[in-house]
Order: sequence, then C-alpha cells, then structure tokens
Amino acid sequence: MAISRHKARLLLLGPAGLWYAALLVLPLAVVLVYSFGERAAAGGYAPAFTLAQYANLGSRWAAFKNTLVLAPAGTLAALLIAYPLAYFLAVRVNPKWRTALLVLVIVPFWTSILIRSYAWIYLLGGRGIPTLLADLGLGDWRLINTPFAVLVGIVYGYLPLMVFPVYVSLEKLDKRLLEAAADLGAPPWRSFLQVTLPLSLPGVATGSMLVFILLMGEYLIPQMLGGGKVFFVGNALVDLFLQSRNWAFGSAMSVTLVATMLVVVTLYMRFLKRIGAARDDIGVM
Amino acid sequence: MQDDKAPITRQKFIEELLRYRKGSVTRRHFLGVTGLGTAMAVMGGAMPLLSPRRAFAQDIGGEVVLATWPNYHDPANFDAFAAETGAAVQVNVFGSNEEMLAKLQAGGSGWDVFVPTNYTITTYVDADLIEPLDLSKLPNYDAAAFEARFADAGTVGGKLYAVPKNWGTTGMAWDSSKAKAPFTSWKEFFDVTMTDFSGRTMVHDYQLTTIGNALKYFGYSFNSIDAKELADAEKLLIDVKPHLFAITSDYQPAMRNGDAWLTMCWTGEGKQLNRDIPEIQFAVGKEGGEIWSDYYAIPKNAPHRDAAYALINYLIDPQVNAKEALAHGFPVADSRVNALLPPELLADPILHPAAELLNALEFGAAVTLTDPNRAELMARFKSA
Repeated sequence: MAISRHKARLLLLGPAGLWYAALLVLPLAVVLVYSFGERAAAGGYAPAFTLAQYANLGSRWAAFKNTLVLAPAGTLAALLIAYPLAYFLAVRVNPKWRTALLVLVIVPFWTSILIRSYAWIYLLGGRGIPTLLADLGLGDWRLINTPFAVLVGIVYGYLPLMVFPVYVSLEKLDKRLLEAAADLGAPPWRSFLQVTLPLSLPGVATGSMLVFILLMGEYLIPQMLGGGKVFFVGNALVDLFLQSRNWAFGSAMSVTLVATMLVVVTLYMRFLKRIGAARDDIGVM
Repeated sequence: MQDDKAPITRQKFIEELLRYRKGSVTRRHFLGVTGLGTAMAVMGGAMPLLSPRRAFAQDIGGEVVLATWPNYHDPANFDAFAAETGAAVQVNVFGSNEEMLAKLQAGGSGWDVFVPTNYTITTYVDADLIEPLDLSKLPNYDAAAFEARFADAGTVGGKLYAVPKNWGTTGMAWDSSKAKAPFTSWKEFFDVTMTDFSGRTMVHDYQLTTIGNALKYFGYSFNSIDAKELADAEKLLIDVKPHLFAITSDYQPAMRNGDAWLTMCWTGEGKQLNRDIPEIQFAVGKEGGEIWSDYYAIPKNAPHRDAAYALINYLIDPQVNAKEALAHGFPVADSRVNALLPPELLADPILHPAAELLNALEFGAAVTLTDPNRAELMARFKSA
C-alpha cells in the first residue's frame, strides 16, 4: 500500500516535532510567561504582568559580561589549540596511527567532566602548578578561582568538540589542490592560507558554533574552578531558582540569555556567509 | 600536619573522590541539574572501589534518600544501617537552607529525610511541605532528654514535625601559622580579609550566615531585615568580594590544602579541621552571630516513608548518635548521647564556647528565610 506524500511527511517529522513541541516550545512558553510575573512571598512564582524583572537585569550585568567575554575567548582559545592538532591528525600523521590518535582525543570523554574538573582544582590550587612555578623562581601565582582557571577549564573540557569538525573538514581536503598550488609556484604558507584554510572553514564554523553555544550556557566549570566568584549567566540562573527562589526574575534572565544567544549566532552566521561569498568571488572553490 | 608544598597523591585524590561520593564535597545540586549525577552513578558502578553495597529488598525497601549538610555524618553508620535493614542510604548534600527549600518548593525532590535548621521549620509547615512525625515509629526519641532551646523549634502549633539532630555555632576558622593574632570578632574577620588575608578568605554560599555576619560587623542583629542595615551589609560584602578566595559552603578542601587561610565555619567542621591540622583554630565572633539547631524531618510524599522513619530512628539511637558525634564533631543536645561521649569532648572550647560568647549568639529568625531583600542581596553579591 502506498503512503501518500503528506502522510510520509507527517511520519518523518512527527516524532521530532512532538519532541520539540513538548520539551522545547512548551517549556520556553512557560518561561516567557513567568518572566512577566513576580516572586511569591515565600519564593517561587506569583502571576502578574510586569516588566519589573526585565528592568532589574542590570543588577546582573557582571554575569552577562563574564559570559560574553569568556565564552568567545574560550571558543577562540579552543580553536587556536584545536586547529594545529586537527591539521596534524588529518594531514601530517602516518595513517596507520591516525585511528589510535583520534581515539586518544576522545578518551577524556570516558570520564565525567565533573571529575576531570575536580582534578583541575588540585592542579591549579596552591599545591599544584603554582608550587611548580614558585620552585622555578617564577613568583607567587594564584590560579584557582580566577577567570583564568575558568578559561583553562572550558578550553580543556570542550577541546574535542572543536577538534573533530575541523579534522573532518581537513581530512576531506583534496591533496591535488595543494599539488596544483605548488606547481603554480605558491610557497607552502601561501597554499595554506589560500587553499587549506578556506576549505576548512566549514569545520571551523561548526566547531566554533558548537563550543560557543555550549559555553554560553556553561554552569559547571565556573562553579567548580571559579569558586563562586567567576559567575556566568548559568550560575546566576541556578542561584535565582535554587537559592533566592525568584522564578520570575530567573525566567526573565533565561529569556534574555536565549535572545542574546540568537543575536550573536545570527551575526556569526551572517559573517560566515559573507566570508563564503568573498571566497567564491575570488574563485578559490 | 599541613604541608603547603606536597602535591596531591593519587591515594589522596581517590580519598577526596570517595568523600565526594559520600557527599561531603561541594554543593551538588548541579548533579541533578546537569544529569551528571547519573553519569557519576554509572561510573561508580563500573569501579569496584566505589560500588555501593548491594541492597536486599526487605519490607522498608532497598533505598532511602537523605538530604543533609556537608561532613555531617559517619558513613560507617550508613553502611551499618544498610546491612541491618537492606536500605542503602543515598546522600544529597546542600550548602544552605534556601537550596533545600527551593528543592522542596519545586516538587519531586525524591527525599525521604532531610535536615532543616530551626528557623526554617515554620515555613515548611506553612507551605505544607513536611508532615507531622508519628512518634510510635520513633521509639528512640525521648523528648525529656533535650534542652528546650535545641528542641522546641521542632514543634509547630502543638504538633511535632522534627526531632533534633545537632546544635552548634557559626564562627570562623583560620590558619594560625598565617595570622598575626587570633581572630575574635567579625570586625577582624572582614578587616583582615581586606588587608593581610586578601585572596585567602571564604564566606558561606548561604545568605543567613554571610549576610548575618556582615551585619554583625556593624553591630546590627544577625537577623536584621532593616533596609538601611542590609544596605550597609551589602556595601561591606561588595567591598570584600575582590579579596575573597571563594564563596562556598564547602570550605574544608581549600583550608586543608592551604589555598585559603580563613573561613566562616560551622562548629563541627572547625573541630574536624582542628583535629587533623592543629594550626587551624576556631572561634565565634564576640559581637555575636549564629547559634543553631538542626533537625530531622520527613517531607510530604516521601517515596520511602517507612525507610525514612527507620533511618531517623536508627540515627537518633544514642549509641549510633554518639558514633556520629565522634565522627563529625558537632555538639549533641541529647543528654543520653552526651553521657556516652568522652568528657574532653564535652569540655572542648570549640564545641562549647564560654557562656559569655554563647549568650551573644542569636538563633536564626524565620523571616530571614523568605525575606525577598535578603535573598536578592545575596544573589546580587554573588553575581557582582
């Protein structure tokens, strides 16, 4: 029996559609409604229609600032470390070692990020790296519970998510293009800049997006390595729901975070499109 | 002895991890939030060292969930309870009463027993979040054994909702090898933090004590909700924040490895630190501060109610409770337990400060738990 086109579409999209409707759209709608409410007397949510919660957002500026500085910084740092590694794995390494090395990149994922972050508390704490630096005569360093510690933690935690997309795009690279560039007299740095790098941009874009979006919502690493002092929006949110029990303000902040994320991601997509268009213009592709 | 230089050994890390599994390290609500709790459980199951005792289901069920505070039990007692009854004790650790209240208000906490502090119980009763206790299921409870001031908050409107666990004070602990003079007041606590101890001090991630002790700096009541007094406290906290090492209710790891030199500290944890590292001393502020009493209570709709009663009854058994007290170092209000404890513990100045210091202390007031201004002040301070 043939299934009509319409039915086929329903069958294909139905499960995902229901999933998103029930677990994404509906909760978001609740959050949106709550964001116009008030804190109930003993905490929680009381219905109201007020913009007071949004007006109070300024008092959490520091959390937004931390997030908007450290999420891009973390993404950039992860990219700068991941790119050479991915390049090495995709282009330079002896293929018989490749699989083993790729597995090594994933191995840290076998242990919970929680425990790995916990290990960083000791590495960055007084008896870890600072002791080493002091022994080497490099002075008195305080690393743990600083923005630097959080940056180290997020780069460490999210590096593999950057390595793989970049690796995949480099691995597909047609080696004959590089040969052609060399035949036409391009020195290696030039064929890298004009051939390899542009062709790997889709991987760079995917990896950056993946890492950036996750970092914008990060909670765990600032909590563990920031000592409750390097607050992300995620931490401020948890605080509002689980300590001061101001659901209305927490909802307003969630809505603002989602909106901020949409704006930043849209700008980023536009930027990528423009680069893509420029690339097509000079005829690299 | 403390050794600032030694790196953590593998053995030590595993011990820390075990403490973590036992629920004594860091606030862990993020486990629930992030789903990492499940990951941990799976991992724990895969490591023979960490796997919990296999429980045999008897009439009270195979599991009981306890929400409590850091470093507040003797894990051996939980093992013994599981061996005796077949119910494995799953421990969730919290760093503030607000966090506990938030969990219960949100619903579906899954807790069977939790440990609220004196001033919160009326709020739980008003919000219909806890149930009156059935004393016939708690034969080990003897009301006559308790001093009234440590037990009376458990009774609301003539009904018993909670039985006393421990009492104590909230003072300060410091590394005396780093301090020029012993700490005696909250004034010194904050002033030294902003000078000699910059970057070395911790305050609780808990509005009651962090705001309360900042209020004491000015000589105001620990429980104040006066707008002007709270504004003074906020200004102090914001000024102090750049000088803090951390804002956390789990301060022992950083004190033990020498990263931090001074912290707000609950009695028993001061005792634990001093016992292991004699350089770390404890005192309550002479201006006053908090005296508290914690209780065992059962949330409405506890999933394993029989196991909840069995666990409370087990833990308040004087013999078991004495073992608890020896392990965690918090004072007990139950005279039957004190009769079993070594006399030097009952004379210990950390556990039992001099009368003139005790008299200046205040029990937390119910209003501080729900006051929106204190809650918002704390949240602003943390995200400043």
